[in-house]
Amino acid sequence: MRFRLPVALVAGCLLTSLFLLAALVSFLWTPHAVESLNIAARLQPPSGDHLLGTDHFGRDMLSMLMVGARTSIAVAIVAVGIGMGLGVPLGLLAAANRGGWLDDLVMRGNDLVFAFPSLVIAILITAVFGPSAFNAILAIGIFNTPVFARVTRGGALAVWTQDFILAARVSGKGATRISIEHILPNIANLLIVQGTIQFSLGILAEAGLSYVGLGAQPPLPSWGRMLADSQTMISFAPHLAVLPGLAIIATVLGLNLTGDGLRDLLDPRLRRQR
Amino acid sequence: MLSYILSRLVALLASLAVASVIIFVMIEMVPGDPAAFMLGLNAAPDTVAALRAELGLGGSPVERYLRWVGGMAQGDFGISYTYQVPVAELVAARLMVSLPLAVMALLLSTLIALPVGLYAASRRGSAGDWSVMGITQLGIAIPNFWFAMILVVIFAIQLRWFSAGGFPGWEAGFLACLKALVLPAVALALPQASILARVMRSAVLEVLDQDYIRTARAKGLSRRRTLTDHAFRNALIPVLTIIGLQFSFLIAGAIIIENVFFLPGLGRLVFQGITQRDLIVVESVVMLLVFAVILVNFMVDIAYGIADPRLRRR
Amino acid sequence: MTSTRTAPAWIALAVATVMGAQTALAAQTSITVGMQLEPPNLDPTGGAAAAIDEVVYANVFEGLTRYRADGSVAPALAKSWTISDDGLVYTFALHSGVKFHDGSAMDAEDVKFSLDRARAEDSTNAQKRLFTGIASVDVVDPMTVKITLSNPDGGFITNLAWGDAVIVAPESIDAAKTAPVGTGPFTFSRWVQGDRVELARNPNYWGDAVALEKATFKFISDPTAAFAAMMAGDIDAFPGYPAPETLPQFEADPRFRVIVGSTEGETILSTNNKAEHLSDIRIRQAIAHAIDRQAIIDGAMFGFGTPIGTHFAPHNPDYVDLTGGSMHDPDRARALLKEAGAENITLSLKLPPPSYARRGGEIIAAQLREVGIGTEIENLEWAQWLEQVFRGKDFDLTIVSHTEPMDIGIYANPDYYFQYDSADFQGLINDLKLASDPAERRSLLQAAQRRIADDYVNGYLFQLARTGVANAKINGLWENAPTQANDLTGVSWSD
Repeated sequence: MRFRLPVALVAGCLLTSLFLLAALVSFLWTPHAVESLNIAARLQPPSGDHLLGTDHFGRDMLSMLMVGARTSIAVAIVAVGIGMGLGVPLGLLAAANRGGWLDDLVMRGNDLVFAFPSLVIAILITAVFGPSAFNAILAIGIFNTPVFARVTRGGALAVWTQDFILAARVSGKGATRISIEHILPNIANLLIVQGTIQFSLGILAEAGLSYVGLGAQPPLPSWGRMLADSQTMISFAPHLAVLPGLAIIATVLGLNLTGDGLRDLLDPRLRRQR
Repeated sequence: MLSYILSRLVALLASLAVASVIIFVMIEMVPGDPAAFMLGLNAAPDTVAALRAELGLGGSPVERYLRWVGGMAQGDFGISYTYQVPVAELVAARLMVSLPLAVMALLLSTLIALPVGLYAASRRGSAGDWSVMGITQLGIAIPNFWFAMILVVIFAIQLRWFSAGGFPGWEAGFLACLKALVLPAVALALPQASILARVMRSAVLEVLDQDYIRTARAKGLSRRRTLTDHAFRNALIPVLTIIGLQFSFLIAGAIIIENVFFLPGLGRLVFQGITQRDLIVVESVVMLLVFAVILVNFMVDIAYGIADPRLRRR
Repeated sequence: MTSTRTAPAWIALAVATVMGAQTALAAQTSITVGMQLEPPNLDPTGGAAAAIDEVVYANVFEGLTRYRADGSVAPALAKSWTISDDGLVYTFALHSGVKFHDGSAMDAEDVKFSLDRARAEDSTNAQKRLFTGIASVDVVDPMTVKITLSNPDGGFITNLAWGDAVIVAPESIDAAKTAPVGTGPFTFSRWVQGDRVELARNPNYWGDAVALEKATFKFISDPTAAFAAMMAGDIDAFPGYPAPETLPQFEADPRFRVIVGSTEGETILSTNNKAEHLSDIRIRQAIAHAIDRQAIIDGAMFGFGTPIGTHFAPHNPDYVDLTGGSMHDPDRARALLKEAGAENITLSLKLPPPSYARRGGEIIAAQLREVGIGTEIENLEWAQWLEQVFRGKDFDLTIVSHTEPMDIGIYANPDYYFQYDSADFQGLINDLKLASDPAERRSLLQAAQRRIADDYVNGYLFQLARTGVANAKINGLWENAPTQANDLTGVSWSD
């Protein structure tokens, strides 16, 4: 039990950094250009030239997956950033005014956002603004906000009851200063763990959205769209649909393992799982 | 207690009002004209105008909002632009697919997750626990549409045990319908079961760590009885909360799975409504879904309030 | 067939009684036909959606004339007709004994009602232009109707064969959107919205009885689901099958038959002729030379489709092959762009949902990049496409298949979304409208084809193929699609 934790964490970090690395490298180099189509060389099985074969337009699958990693990770990171950027201040605000009308408002607002069917709203957003990676980010970010608000408030409430906060209050510090100087650092671990989990959910959400055609637009590769584009060919070119699926699974798995591992490492008492 | 219920009720109504405005504004912003969509490429402008009038698309936004909310308050959800039948009728028909699907997926995930979670918790740190944790991590990470596709390839195309999708309708018999829902329910249940099993495991572990359990064990209560009598029962509260959340997600969140299996469910109704600009359907169904969740939240609040008087003073 | 077939037992029983003792070997009499799009309603006179006609045309509703599988026009409810010497007065003799599905008789009053309704001021008929030439419709006697045109129109009999011109009854038309009542060989039984429409054989049909007892149209929009449903045997026939890449698999499987035919769909890279850059013919010509049609047909349609060089169907006898004028020639394209001073331009490319557009768009974007034209791809739903591209004209390039038969006339409308305004071409179409001599019409049509090809109005890609898959035991499905229809009147199962 004791040594299980690092194993999961190490495995998770390895998987995650593999895809982060692939995404970063893709900025500088990919085995083939993802924009170049070669219809004559399409649907090739893995070979020396194309390590993972080619897709239905003759594009190199490995290159597509690398750039696709970039798309997925970028969308998920920015979406989590939005969720944190909005949710954490809201949660701090609510905790600072615990029991007050502001707290109530934030929490009711949270419940309201949670009450909306997220995928339907994402589809509506793209119906209004057109499909793009940006709108996928927006949709995922909106639904990340209440998660962070809730986690932040919960964590902050516990910190507020502690003695050193009382000391800070006695010394005349205002609620805002206390929230930033004392509360935030004390719930940082919690936020990192939640951030990792939301990151992995963001990857899944991005895949789902681009699977239904609402995410990043071509020619930019995205895992979900690669999967959607090629699934009719699954019986004669299975690698086209299987590889992006495996990439999604591996990344999400890596992030989840990292998140769980971090949770256990940073706060052994916080054993509650999602 | 009464004032607590009243304050919750006010919050409920306020939430509904805010939600209805948000939904209405979003729908108003959606570009595209249902009449133009229905008439297609070579329609003359006056034809489109004639159809718009027929569909009741005129009037100012405020007028339309009031008409919509007023109608809903009386149980009238409007008439679908495309199908020309009452939205309530469409929703009722779709629920005949979506509800059984959600129930089946939930049953499946619960029946798998609870024993598995309990088992893993009781054997914490063992190889069995390890595999459960690993498999559930995988289950969470697998996108359900991808899993659905694999299921179709194996069980519908290769083995031909199940049809690839579609829904025969309840008049075709209970078993036929059940059979049609098996693959989609499995696809939906996989991630849910994984999440639930993990929740179950940690909830049970939490209970097992409590002092009174340790005492009971020390007093000689058997391991099995500890698990069934105490741990399982006490772990049910967080587990039921998650199940409730998952159910509301399953009703609307099955859009992609309903598409993969071409099931005429509620999710696909909304999806089609958006693409065909049958916005009255989208508007009313989204409102209904939001209403359902808010209502459940309200009832949970009241239930907690009754159970825990301290909450009322909050 | 697989065990999932859900034909009620009583059908088998009914068939057994009719067929005598050979119950076990009796041919199947029900069919499930797959369609990608669900019709929004079932009234072909009140909506444009091709899906409406694909369900009801020739099955539920009939017109005075009708399309046959080979594209020719034949009499339907009209037994025969005469045309006055000045080409203005058409007198139709109707079949007697024709009954609507509700039991009421079909007569000249119904014809007058249908046509007057279609051309009325407040009509919501999507093809109103078919009827604008009608000056009056008069009932001569219950079985004879006289239609007077304001100008002679050589295509009038063809116009009446359209799904939008079917004969409906005043008593039942109000409910036609959800419960259509026609004169055809199938009656409407029910519509499970979002899933399927069921038709049953009309026992009182006036014409030749059909072989099928029951027909179900099932709506499956997702290509993967369509493939799976076909493979799993849930669907018996999918005439407009959306995943051409899987056709070789069906060809290799003895259970299936692949039906490849032609459609009236000219698939074009529609070009906004009034947009910046694109109003310059040299740039349009450069785009034409940048395009490699065969790569698009191979890559987007997996080989199904015929290259075209103008907006005209290759199977039409008046077609001229003009692909030579816009051969794939990247060097030529680059030179033209240089000449026009338009190196490194970026154009918007807005793509509607069909896979020919989405896949074709990605390929064209790559081909244009090759000659130095950048593109910004935006995938749109149909509703957005109609709003932005078709009505708003807010686009540079788009890909769409124009599926109406003989629609070269759209180039004469300067307000049409690609905004081609040529007095020369408009003159040709005006002459064509008045011409009735076949040779003259032919030369005018060919001149019109050349005009738009020489002006490089749009990028002409390929004639959309109709790719269908069916159970190998089904006979009588249409191979080509001269109009949007799934005519089941001649369909039967062999044992």
